[in-house]
Amino acid sequence: MSTEPRLIQGNEACAEGAIYAGMRFYAGYPITPSTEIAEILARRLPQVGGKFLQMEDEIASMAAIIGGSLTGAKVMTATSGPGFSLKQENIGYACMAEIPCVIANVQRLGPSTGVATAPAQGDVMQARWGTHGDHPIIALTPSSVREAFELTVRAFNLAEQFRVPVILLMDEVVGHMREKVTLPQPGEFPVVNRVKPTCSRENYYPYKADGDKTPPMACFGEGYRYHVTGLFHDESGFATEKPEIIDWQLKRLHEKINQHLDEIITYTSEETEDADLVVIAYGGTARAVSRAVKLARQEGRKVGIFRPQTIWPFPEAAIGELAASGKKLLVAEMNYGQLLLEVQRVAAGRSEVHSCLQSNGELTQPDVILTKIREVYEHAPGN
Amino acid sequence: MLPEIEQYFRLEKLPHMWCPGCGNGIILHSLVKAIDKLCLDQDRTTMVSGIGCAARASGYLDFDTLHTTHGRALAFATGVKFAKPELNVFVLTGDGDCTAIGGNHFIHAARRNINLTTIVFNNNIYGMTGGQYSPMTPNSCRATTSPYGNLERPFNLTELAIAAGATFVARTTTYHTKQLTDLIIEGHKNKGFSLIEVITHCPTSFGRQNKMGTPADMLKWQRDHGISAMRYENLNPEERADKFIIGVLHKTEAPEYTTEYQKLLEKLG
Repeated sequence: MSTEPRLIQGNEACAEGAIYAGMRFYAGYPITPSTEIAEILARRLPQVGGKFLQMEDEIASMAAIIGGSLTGAKVMTATSGPGFSLKQENIGYACMAEIPCVIANVQRLGPSTGVATAPAQGDVMQARWGTHGDHPIIALTPSSVREAFELTVRAFNLAEQFRVPVILLMDEVVGHMREKVTLPQPGEFPVVNRVKPTCSRENYYPYKADGDKTPPMACFGEGYRYHVTGLFHDESGFATEKPEIIDWQLKRLHEKINQHLDEIITYTSEETEDADLVVIAYGGTARAVSRAVKLARQEGRKVGIFRPQTIWPFPEAAIGELAASGKKLLVAEMNYGQLLLEVQRVAAGRSEVHSCLQSNGELTQPDVILTKIREVYEHAPGN
Repeated sequence: MLPEIEQYFRLEKLPHMWCPGCGNGIILHSLVKAIDKLCLDQDRTTMVSGIGCAARASGYLDFDTLHTTHGRALAFATGVKFAKPELNVFVLTGDGDCTAIGGNHFIHAARRNINLTTIVFNNNIYGMTGGQYSPMTPNSCRATTSPYGNLERPFNLTELAIAAGATFVARTTTYHTKQLTDLIIEGHKNKGFSLIEVITHCPTSFGRQNKMGTPADMLKWQRDHGISAMRYENLNPEERADKFIIGVLHKTEAPEYTTEYQKLLEKLG
């Protein structure tokens, strides 16, 4: 990989990050604004011995990557809102059967067909609860081209480590924006591979896990001859309706994530130490917030920014700390208040929670956020 | 116990969950006989199924087995086969699973001519949910959702497969078990997408609602109505009305998808 800086799109950085992470199987369906990921991988994957497949629809794409993953490949698909909705059932299958895979969702304005080329962040709750039933989920959200690369690599690492689907929750701004980046060299960034069983076929229980709660995963075709199903199953992988086993399985699925929150959750915070007001933002919106915070500082207002890179599991501890310190919180996002609900829940009345919400197909401008910062900042608590 | 049962079944999972008199077990027996005759490596053979009565078949078989979501078996199987073309991949699916919710994947797997051996257990009804009409329920037949008789027309599944590009298409019944084994063998040898439609009997739902008698009566019906192409040729239109042809219906050669992709990799590599 070249050490020269390149001017590339967020979607291209995502595709390159996937290849860097070892992804060699992509199945997808064209949809704006994620299509460049498919187009780039259609060209790049065969060059590195990988498999690219354009399936007949979004549902089939999600199914195909699960099939590919079971043979041992690192796999991904990319989509946007309407396609993300269609993939949900099979995302749930990947949660249940514990199949590592990465789903990039370059968010566009919804609901429904919405505006295909317009930015939005309306899929935050769908990323969390889109598929039916209780399940944990990991979703990462980049806000620059460089970070699109890094978080894509990380998405694969987490998927392989925990045997889960990981959502890369991009937005149109980050997907289509071009920035100058120097992509990392091989070895510069850690790349994680799934743990495979070392025991004999007779001793292999595909869903039996040790302390870290993630079981080793055998590849199809390697002689383990095991069963995979979306039904509740016991350690052997076969269906059960016994409440105590269902309980054991569902708890383990949650514990394997909840035991590792410190590893999974990352965020950045700038100038929050002395701040009276902290703006919480992610993805494309965080870029406008950075500018607004800088301008607010120039005006003498003590304002900081907290930016989750891991949006699910929600960075509850870090935001809880901010709330406990009594700082005012302002959530800025391109929707009618989705992460806001989580911030309000965690703040639990310990600090004021305000919002700057926009969902009209335009990136929220820094001056809109600055106006809101001034308004919130000037008002004493309780006013 | 028959040696092929002992070899290829997960014996500890038996008895199976199907109703007494169901034809699905007959199909599984013919399948493992075919696999035995083909001398397939058990460790490199994968069974993929969807949702429904037929789809439960994968769990009883001692291979890598993948019980997927409703209608999507062919899409999952496409992923398995494309990622690892050296695996033998069989798809076990029912008429509702394959032709209704999975209809899109069916025509596209056939169009791609990807090397999958697809066995459709056609019992003309949704069995697991209690007997609703499927796209393979004949016109005027009764089901719990067509209590006055089915107003819809069924697919001609084999014609659909041929039109979509499948390179091996055959049909038989659970009465013709020897032929079923032979067709699975021939279908698996085909380098491309193979469809074997098996007319099977569901005495509990389809048979009962349509007064078709005992499981044995339903097998006799298969014997009397499924006939060879040669016999069919000699019948007049009136006699043909309630008959259907069994045997190989279509066989042709076309580029197989994973082979073509491999060629691309070699060209670029």
